Amino acid sequence: MNDAVAGRSTALEALHRELGARLVPFAGYAMPLQYDGGIRQEHLHTRRAAGLFDVSHMGQITIEGDLDALETLVPGDIAGLGLWRQRYSLLTNADGGIRDDLMITRLPGRLFVVANAAFKHDDLAHLVAGLGAACRVSLAEDRALLALQGPAAAAVLGALEPEVATLPFMSARECRLAGRTCLVNRCGYTGEDGFEIALDAADAEGLARRLLADERVAPVGLGARDSLRLEAGLCLSGTDIDATTTPIAADLAWTVARKYRDGSAAARFPGAEVVLDQLTHGTPRVRVGLAPSGRVPLRAGTELVDTAGRVVGTVTSGSFGASVGHPVAMGYVERACARPGTRLEVAIRERRHEVEIHALPFVPHRYYRG
Amino acid sequence: MSTLKFTQDHEWLRREDDGSITVGITDYAQEQLGDIVYVELPEADAAVAAGTQVVVIESVKAVGEINMPVAGRIVAVNDRLADAPELVNGAPLGDGWLLRIEADDAADLDAFMDEAAYQDYVAGL
Repeated sequence: MNDAVAGRSTALEALHRELGARLVPFAGYAMPLQYDGGIRQEHLHTRRAAGLFDVSHMGQITIEGDLDALETLVPGDIAGLGLWRQRYSLLTNADGGIRDDLMITRLPGRLFVVANAAFKHDDLAHLVAGLGAACRVSLAEDRALLALQGPAAAAVLGALEPEVATLPFMSARECRLAGRTCLVNRCGYTGEDGFEIALDAADAEGLARRLLADERVAPVGLGARDSLRLEAGLCLSGTDIDATTTPIAADLAWTVARKYRDGSAAARFPGAEVVLDQLTHGTPRVRVGLAPSGRVPLRAGTELVDTAGRVVGTVTSGSFGASVGHPVAMGYVERACARPGTRLEVAIRERRHEVEIHALPFVPHRYYRG
Repeated sequence: MSTLKFTQDHEWLRREDDGSITVGITDYAQEQLGDIVYVELPEADAAVAAGTQVVVIESVKAVGEINMPVAGRIVAVNDRLADAPELVNGAPLGDGWLLRIEADDAADLDAFMDEAAYQDYVAGL
């Protein structure tokens, strides 16, 4: 399976091959879908111990200059983001739709932004155009990003640098790990405690090998990353959230800064008037969790119908939730059908299957709370 | 037990003592699919033309379609797979079998590969 895969490779490609990765094209990169153990085992290992993910394909963007100017592009509170603190936010369009989701960290004199691989060049152009002369924006091409996720992640990383073990959730620090200068954020996209480690591409393989030498750590591919984030109720940009879904429809109202919600500051992000109106009046459809009563996997694009046969929604992503032991999915349904426990139906290959609206997340988040 | 026959679509066929033919997917096929989470089986006691899709196997990341290898009648399906689709991963040539058929013409099996030919075929993929 290790035939040449078209696309760029990350700094860890040789290591991936050595570890038996099945490489697949993803957002222009050859990325590991899974390793020898398979997606299910990697998923369960991450929730039980610690998984190491190569997410170097994601965009690492630096913004310097008038940092608060970013409030003209995102609904989050940037002026109120403390030094070394991190925030999940969104780039919106003029209709209040979501261009991409981002992680934003305030570092001394700059903002560090992690963007999705598929949109990083669009995001860069959008940031450059939107921030104009107020800021200097750059996309790093020589950096790597590793994610260490799972209940053992803090002990594993703490063995290299004790101070990271008590790093608060959604905050960052610069430190040396096994002799390599790293920016460590306590965050992730699995619902588990964990870290994302940004470092020079040339240092990535050495650190990855050092982490994998810990018996609690196993390499985990994009397949399990997708099923883990789905169980955790986290959106995949371009799939569960896109230019047609607003933060309110996507059940991400919490990403709108409190100062805009309570009216103490005027919102300047694109589509603010749409989003703030929806905060009060709601949206026709909202994002929900979905679980079939049987074992049939739900796939993106499948229509959801009510008991009268009327189309009331669509599945946006689905996978098998290895930890919950049944298929899990997300989608959008009409507000009247969005209450957990509501029964809907799907037709898959001409057979009807019952589907229930399920509260999100499917598994409780286990973030570090100190 | 009589010898196994293999199709280019990575199905195996085994003639049982009662003349019926058990059908499953090969180890290579289950490995390619990855963790199997759902198997959709047809109704038993149905006459089906060769090449008709009869089984759908879904893994976390892929969907595999199994076609009827020869014309015949489906006489049994492996109901255990409804609750335990992972049997196809764990024992593709054993408890993970898919269906049992009665071929209209048993000579149809002669066209398929024996094990050595199938291994050569897989090695060339």
